[in-house]
Amino acid sequence: MTYLLKRLIIAAVTLVLASMVVFAVMEILPGDPARLMLGFNASTDQVELLRNQMGLNAPLVLRYLHWAGGLLSLDFGRSYTYSVPVIDLVRERVVVSLPLALIALALSTAIAIPVGLFSASRQGRAGDTLAMGAAQLGVAVPNFWFALMLIYLFAVWLRLVPAGGFPGWSAGIWPAVKSLLLPAVALALPQAAILARVARSALIEVLNEDYIRTARAKGLPYRAVLWRHALRNAMIPVLTILGLQFAFLLAGTIIIENVFYLPGLGRLVFQAITQRDLIVVESVVMLLVAAVIAVNLLVDFSYAVVDPRLRGRQ
Amino acid sequence: MKLWKTILATAVLSFAAATSAFAARTDLVIGIPLEPPHLDPTAGAAAAIDEVLYANVFEGLTRIGPNGEVLPDLAESWTISDDGKTYTFKLHTGVKFHDGSDFGADDVKFSLDRARADNSVNAQKGLFAQIDKVDVVDPATVKVTLKNPQGSFLYNMGWGDAVMVSPKSADANKEKPIGTGPFKFQNWAKGSSITLVKSDNYWGASVALDKVEFRIVPDAAAAVPALLSGDIQAFPFFDPDSVSQVKDDPRFKVVIGSTEGETILSINNKKPPFDKLQVRQAISYALDRKAIIDGASAGLGVPIGSHMSPANKDYVDLTGLYPHNVDKAKELLKEAGLENGFKATLKLPPPSYARLGGEIIASELRDVGIDLEIVPVEWAQWLDQVFTKKDYDLTIVSHTEPNDIDIYSRKDYYFNYANPAFNAIIDKLNLTSDEAKRKELLGEAQKILADDAVVGFLYELPKVGVWDAKLQGLWENAPIQANDLTKVKWTD
Repeated sequence: MTYLLKRLIIAAVTLVLASMVVFAVMEILPGDPARLMLGFNASTDQVELLRNQMGLNAPLVLRYLHWAGGLLSLDFGRSYTYSVPVIDLVRERVVVSLPLALIALALSTAIAIPVGLFSASRQGRAGDTLAMGAAQLGVAVPNFWFALMLIYLFAVWLRLVPAGGFPGWSAGIWPAVKSLLLPAVALALPQAAILARVARSALIEVLNEDYIRTARAKGLPYRAVLWRHALRNAMIPVLTILGLQFAFLLAGTIIIENVFYLPGLGRLVFQAITQRDLIVVESVVMLLVAAVIAVNLLVDFSYAVVDPRLRGRQ
Repeated sequence: MKLWKTILATAVLSFAAATSAFAARTDLVIGIPLEPPHLDPTAGAAAAIDEVLYANVFEGLTRIGPNGEVLPDLAESWTISDDGKTYTFKLHTGVKFHDGSDFGADDVKFSLDRARADNSVNAQKGLFAQIDKVDVVDPATVKVTLKNPQGSFLYNMGWGDAVMVSPKSADANKEKPIGTGPFKFQNWAKGSSITLVKSDNYWGASVALDKVEFRIVPDAAAAVPALLSGDIQAFPFFDPDSVSQVKDDPRFKVVIGSTEGETILSINNKKPPFDKLQVRQAISYALDRKAIIDGASAGLGVPIGSHMSPANKDYVDLTGLYPHNVDKAKELLKEAGLENGFKATLKLPPPSYARLGGEIIASELRDVGIDLEIVPVEWAQWLDQVFTKKDYDLTIVSHTEPNDIDIYSRKDYYFNYANPAFNAIIDKLNLTSDEAKRKELLGEAQKILADDAVVGFLYELPKVGVWDAKLQGLWENAPIQANDLTKVKWTD
């Protein structure tokens, strides 16, 4: 139990530190949201007036405490540019980004684990070389370029899916999922390539262990050894990468959501940064930080599930 | 694969044929690069707001037409007193806001007073600065009294920032805009699209489109496949660099028009050595406008020699004043005592005209001995460092506001330029409404700016529009930033 408790405390401290860093970085960033809204022709007095209306002239520490205190009570503040509560913006966007990230995560796992198993069990043979060559290509290809190729193939030429945009879940499950398919594939493939390589090397390492030889020697079929003994023991590095990849997936959605013009969280943050909608950036980034920490916490917990020795460790 | 693609194509074609047999299309999806921060044209400078709402949802007393002319809008006519200080507007009757309430003289007074109030954050508050008072004469007549005669008053009232709003809905316009226009707001899926539908109780000529969706496509690379797949049928502001991918496709029309965007190499006139006229002139001689237009705007765009759009009726061609001449530039630098050249920075905001143009300009200035360090900045940084704090040597930016030559007379404007002779002309211009006299004054103003080589005048930003060949009525030029859909229709 102490293992889990320690993880929880670390997660909480990370959150507090992250909130300070996020807030400080956004404050240091040059640029005045009021001037951005009013443009070239507005006078300095007018910009000052708007700054007051937006509450930007309060002291830094006060604004941090106000914001951080709000976060504790799940109040994320109001957007400067949209002038609606940030939580409303997040709610509209998360229904795009979360399904997208989950579909991509599922796809990349579904591709990577079988490929890793396939390659590891044929180490050095033609099938392995071919699979790892493909994986190398998958790691190297930039995902925005890959996304454009997918668009030309499936949207422009075959006209199977829309070239971009999101009709909203109200348009029906299938149209909504359809518009997320290409972006999910574009996000998933590079991740799958990385994961497959990690899975392969982890498996190969395990397959060289003595207990694998013992299992084989006692007459267990190769397939059973692979699935029951090797895969389970190779899971820790795979889970670690999977947890880290969740953060990469969230970052990747910023690019992919731009290419497919999807109204997701990535787009929201990107747009908010260029418009210096500080409160939106700060709050959404904190939510993403919390999500990444939560996922990694989950990964830590799953180590304990996979490896019973960790449960009692001090 | 081939067989079922044929089947699919046949199905699509027969469906298209079947629908077009009944009537022309009445829906349209337009791609726009930036999402408006909100939907109130009277409360923000973002061009994207007007590009969705101007003339479609909101109307003003006057409006700007497709070629920059002032047209009557909600005011059907007006008279101007002999001293040029009193404007009496006769309003259209039977005009209703989209929420069903009546539009009348009270709303005009409310809208103008709201825009010029002390606590107003209208981004173009200067448009209303000369208004002394607004009086309601009767429900269909409004009298506006100015402090001084103002030549551009009717034009000013045609800006998106001067549209008419209702006291009942004004505060909510950011989220749910209520205007008097031919289209009413239906839905805003944030980050995705804004939908307008035809208004049933419109006072003027009926529009052909029933439903218009503005879809936000931030990535220029995504615009081409969106057009090719038919998802989006028009991009009124298309990326010049992508034009080559669609220009030979008969399904689309590529329309190159003019804008009010004077693209210039801004110079900090107070910062040595740029305070010396010879140095600024040397820069002007060093610039090769043709090479810059080719590299930064795919060869589209018209060279300028002063701060005025070549499409403007008062334009004077001054591009011959400083022809590209490297020797002359070096000679001038020598005169200024800088024969060994000098170092400076060039801050570049994100648009491609600036980033691409900046590379070319840096190499052109290097040829005459000026060594530029290129500093890419975001818009927020640009507004903060360059525009507000004037912490820069050189920068490239397109000044897209129409008829904005007066910016050179503004105190503390980021050019740091102050010329009493120029200011006197602008002051005179503000008090002049006679067309011929205005033309003369504007000519003089352009001449002074060119002579002083205040900035490096580069070219007029082109408006590149790409849309379905069957679509008619979209604006070719952009005298103001707008997508006026009132005359847009599908043919056949």
